[in-house]
Amino acid sequence: MLAKRIIPCLDVDGGRVVKGTNFVDIRDAGDPVELGKRYDEQGADELVFLDITASHERRDTVVDMVRRVAREIFIPFTVGGGIGTVPAIERILKAGADKVSLNTAAVQHPDIVRESSRYFGSQCIVIAVDAKRGGAGWEVYIHGGRTNTGIDALAWMKDVERMGAGEILLTSMDCDGTKAGYDLELLRAATSALSIPVIASGGAGTLSSIHDALAVGGADAALAASIFHYGTYTVRDVKDYLAARGIEVRY
Amino acid sequence: MIGIIDYGAGNIASVYNALTYIGQEARILRSADEIPSVDALVFPGQGSFGSMVDNLRSRGIFEPLRRQVEDGTPFLGICLGLQILFEGSEESPGYEGFGIMRGTCTRFTRGKVPQIGWNTVRPLGEGMPEGWAYFVNSYRVESSAHALALTDYYGDFVSAVRRDDVTAFQFHPEKSGPYGLSLLTWWFSCWQNE
Repeated sequence: MLAKRIIPCLDVDGGRVVKGTNFVDIRDAGDPVELGKRYDEQGADELVFLDITASHERRDTVVDMVRRVAREIFIPFTVGGGIGTVPAIERILKAGADKVSLNTAAVQHPDIVRESSRYFGSQCIVIAVDAKRGGAGWEVYIHGGRTNTGIDALAWMKDVERMGAGEILLTSMDCDGTKAGYDLELLRAATSALSIPVIASGGAGTLSSIHDALAVGGADAALAASIFHYGTYTVRDVKDYLAARGIEVRY
Repeated sequence: MIGIIDYGAGNIASVYNALTYIGQEARILRSADEIPSVDALVFPGQGSFGSMVDNLRSRGIFEPLRRQVEDGTPFLGICLGLQILFEGSEESPGYEGFGIMRGTCTRFTRGKVPQIGWNTVRPLGEGMPEGWAYFVNSYRVESSAHALALTDYYGDFVSAVRRDDVTAFQFHPEKSGPYGLSLLTWWFSCWQNE
């Protein structure tokens, strides 16, 4: 059967990884290729590169980064952050990324979900949803969490599934950065309403929180950033913990 | 020299990168005239079964490729590149594959479709190593006389086939980490010394 996936997320600015990393003996802690390889060696099932480059002039740095990563890392990887048009998606995929994640652009121009999934295949199109408790349940935020759209998150996820999205990367803004665990209620609501895979994000702090996101929340994959970057746990630690509790993981 | 067939539908950079990484010389082939010039062919299929066949036909590649494979040029199909070896697919009724292997591809009837993620590859014979591979597929071959490996997704399906010098994987070796690279090396070793 399919394994549950463990996915480290790396923030990238101008083609360089910018969050703290705790690898020993690393030559260049900002090199996406070198860091990606480390995670690959630890058993990461996929990688997510989140481009936080603010200036438009430096946006092409991400395409060059994708090209370099694709030459040396042979597990699937997703690129997200600031991708807003079909040609931009095409540039990233042609450079060697397996998937792109769309967030603000999908909310503002839902047609991009339909067009891109039809053109490139659903498996390439991940919709990132930043959800925060509010309204009747959870509401969708865009612009990196700064703008509340007032859109119901569950309804939105069902919409993008209908439009052809291949996966949902679901971040709980209430839990993100707290290390207090994922929002299990949100995950359960999403995974029971959807038939496409859901990647849990926001709140990973302990091994048991990752276990719960998968076993209780029903997520297909768990994404985490700081616990890996700061060396709290390796991907291997997480997998050992999960395997010991009967969750199928890939070694 | 290994030729990678590009019919304009997919990301072939990853396959090229993986072959280069394991030390193989590869080039990308975009027309039928180039097909006879290589020692072996890799065909990464993407899109739908019907659009793949349409694309190959409109580029004049379908028949030359089928002939070359039938004539014994070592061949590696990936994903839809496995399915094209069969007679057809439920995905695109009325479209014919190469028909080098008997049977048609059918859609998964249980679980999330497409299957996206890592699953285990269980070889049926000796030689091919066992491991976890990365799959993205909605359709599959349920059983085949040429099955080389099986995988379980709510029931077994055929994840690798082999008949003489024709080999194919339903998964993506170029995205399956060290295991995938080892399979590419294994495939290469199957025919290089002949």
